[in-house]
Amino acid sequence: MTVHFKQDKPDDSNRLDGMKQGVLGKSIPRVEGMAKVTGTAPYSAEYPMTDCAEGVLVTSTITRGNVVSIDKDSVLSMPGVLAVIDDPAMTTRAAQGTADEAPQQEPGTICYWGQPIALVVAETFEQARDAAKHLPIKYREDPGAPLDPQAVEAEEQEDETVRQGDLDHAMATAAHSVDVTYTTKGHASAAMEPHASIAQWDGDKLTVYASLQMLNYNISELADALGMEEKNVRLVSRFVGGGFGSKLGVSEDVVAAAIASKEVGRPVRIVMSRQQVFQCVMRRSETTQRLRLAADQSGKLIGFGHHALVSNLPGETFAEPVLQSSHFLYGGENRDLMLEVARIHRMTAGSVRAPGEAVGMPALEGAMDVLAEKAGIDPVELRLKNIPEEDPEEGLPFSSHKLAECLRLGAEAFGWDSGPRSPRHTCEGEWWVGTGMASAARVHNIAEAKARVTLKADGSALVETDMTDIGTGTYTILAQLAGEMLGLDPAQVLVELGDTKHPRGPGSGGSWGAASIGSAVYIACKAIREELGQRLGVGETELELKDGEAASGESLVSLLDGNDLSREGHYEPGDIKDDFTASGFGAFFAQVRVNRFTGETRVDRMLGAFGFGRVLNHKTARSQCLGGITWSIGVALTEALEFDPHEGHLVNCDLAEYHVPVHRDVPDLEVVLVEERDPAASPIQAKGIGELGMCGGAAAIANAIYNASGARIFDYPMTPDRILAAMPD
Amino acid sequence: MSDTISVNGEQHSLPSDPRTSLLDFLRHDLGLTGTKKGCDHGQCGACTVIVNGIRINSCLTLAAMHDGDEITTIEGLGTPENPSALQKAFLEHDGFQCGYCTPGQICSATAMLQEIANNWPSDASESLEGEMAATGEEIRERMSGNLCRCGAYANIVAAISEVAEESA
Repeated sequence: MTVHFKQDKPDDSNRLDGMKQGVLGKSIPRVEGMAKVTGTAPYSAEYPMTDCAEGVLVTSTITRGNVVSIDKDSVLSMPGVLAVIDDPAMTTRAAQGTADEAPQQEPGTICYWGQPIALVVAETFEQARDAAKHLPIKYREDPGAPLDPQAVEAEEQEDETVRQGDLDHAMATAAHSVDVTYTTKGHASAAMEPHASIAQWDGDKLTVYASLQMLNYNISELADALGMEEKNVRLVSRFVGGGFGSKLGVSEDVVAAAIASKEVGRPVRIVMSRQQVFQCVMRRSETTQRLRLAADQSGKLIGFGHHALVSNLPGETFAEPVLQSSHFLYGGENRDLMLEVARIHRMTAGSVRAPGEAVGMPALEGAMDVLAEKAGIDPVELRLKNIPEEDPEEGLPFSSHKLAECLRLGAEAFGWDSGPRSPRHTCEGEWWVGTGMASAARVHNIAEAKARVTLKADGSALVETDMTDIGTGTYTILAQLAGEMLGLDPAQVLVELGDTKHPRGPGSGGSWGAASIGSAVYIACKAIREELGQRLGVGETELELKDGEAASGESLVSLLDGNDLSREGHYEPGDIKDDFTASGFGAFFAQVRVNRFTGETRVDRMLGAFGFGRVLNHKTARSQCLGGITWSIGVALTEALEFDPHEGHLVNCDLAEYHVPVHRDVPDLEVVLVEERDPAASPIQAKGIGELGMCGGAAAIANAIYNASGARIFDYPMTPDRILAAMPD
Repeated sequence: MSDTISVNGEQHSLPSDPRTSLLDFLRHDLGLTGTKKGCDHGQCGACTVIVNGIRINSCLTLAAMHDGDEITTIEGLGTPENPSALQKAFLEHDGFQCGYCTPGQICSATAMLQEIANNWPSDASESLEGEMAATGEEIRERMSGNLCRCGAYANIVAAISEVAEESA
């Protein structure tokens, strides 16, 4: 039995707070954690298969053109080689998140350097790799593909454009104004587990074990690519070794493994090399951003301008949504916002953790620091002054707004000095030491979700959905949620995720996972409670369940009388999406040291305070924040994709040359969770926290670099060469 | 030449294909998939195993080079029924999220604490000689070969520090 709930208005009932088990929000360790720390959790390439063949992708060494011929025979004679496949149904890019249809196919048509064009299948990985390296390919090159986003005419994304009042006039007449241009380099998700698939056919039924974030969309993307019906396709992703956007859409390995397995009549495994993951999945676009801020004498904004240029391949719908939080974070009645996308032939641009705010917020919050200095106002005070009462463009109320509280609590916990600020106030040995801060904002997303909850006759519970846990804590929070609602220890709740044989979840992405699938589980549990209440002759709101018993003393086992009780919850966001502007908010504070002679920056300490609705598990929520802050350090200091100017290929396509933060880059981090209930966010009053922790944090570091060393830099990442060049003598 | 390799105390024959890395031998030939492949180039540390007591990246060495060696993988350090102190501490401190780098972090930390106990210095050490201590900075420096993209570093260091203090 399915119970459908469409949320059209805020839910102030806070029913979860009325439950008696007392496990929701608690810092319990991850329920799947023991499997992870003992190496027994199976990731997608690790399912034992009899007679599994190994596939290695072959990728293009030209930028644009066609494959004229592939000399398959020359490698088919190599030891162990079973097939060379260049089927037109193979995909050449990963699908964009929520695409719901096949991405670009026809591998013979080349749109970027590094694009998959063929697959070699052999008995062993070593044989397949060797043959793939020796596969002769003839190309017809189509030279002159545009590669520089600055050198082509960009397309305006008209739905992002806002023009209110007269920003030029506001800038000309403002007591304080800032007009600065920031750049950010491209970023890679660089999830630790490379994309991998094992495909297996049983007649016309296909099963693929794959590393994917959104099985609910991936199943239709895969079925569409193969011209199959969804009912004949099963996807399994029980453990995903990190996603960060790179596994939102079905990737090239998935479709290729399915095609190859059919051709060779055996299971086929494909594990992308690290270089292939870098070069043919997704990049975050580089950006160029012009920020214009006009403020009155008191520092209150009267004008706000944010223009951004991003890039993508021709035909791709995704444009890094740089302005996402700029639309509502600060006031200013004269507004001018515009997003443009340049069509170039670098690899596909798509979602990388916190698309939009990950790069938009560091630029905006850097500009705010410049404004604070010009106006002679403490940076925290400047933000507090400019928090709008309502959405400055849409006029909508905010569903909840914790920015002011995060700023105040964060400043207090960090020990922020609100006194006069001038650079180079402290020198320790060869290091300048300083502090900086920034606001955090990340839009709240929520999506349709289904989950089945079964109260078993033995008094345990089972939660089933094709939702994934990509390290976010889904297994654990759903066990806690169902335990809370049904009066069970979370250890009594088995959560089965990542299998399309279960009801469709929302997928993991856009920080919407926990609130969306949590709402579906909540709805299912509520329906089970209603049935239990009827059996006891009490209303659902009067029913008290704890430790497997009702308050009346009757046990769940006796109430169930030997039968399972199952309900499917179906959550759908309704009109409420149009009635509120909803976002997570927060504040970052950082102390850095900058070397006077080498320009090296070290982060001494960093703190984030975040408000994102109900906290479902303090331990895993804090970990999400720690992860976000760690990414902020990468954005600020080291992470940059570098493209060859002649061929457009990604040069630093591995973990030695693309510098993600390592242990020694990350100091002790402090997280302040500003608990709240957001009744308009979801029926469980929760929002997302997977991305907020990196939405602005890089600016806290950039602003601290300026405060420490006097180097005001407008280009991320702030590498030693840039810092040395910008440092005053 | 014995043509055998000891993995978690069990003897195995070396693979017939000399190109097989120790990592692929463990994962594919022996089915010990707790050891992870993250980059295959010695850049991420996910494949860290312990060879004769020393931690190495198993992707950077061929299985054929380990004739007679004793290998310990994550499966050899503990099991869900009987986890090691570090495995328990990682779980308690949430020293992971997706879990993919975790076996490598734990193998690395296991051998790293022994390096400190043996008074081997690191870049973070004040002196090349004398007693070494498992300070936060020492742990961070010595663990920097093990990447964690989820960003669990702060919790990993907390987990390792706890075990180091308990065994000190």
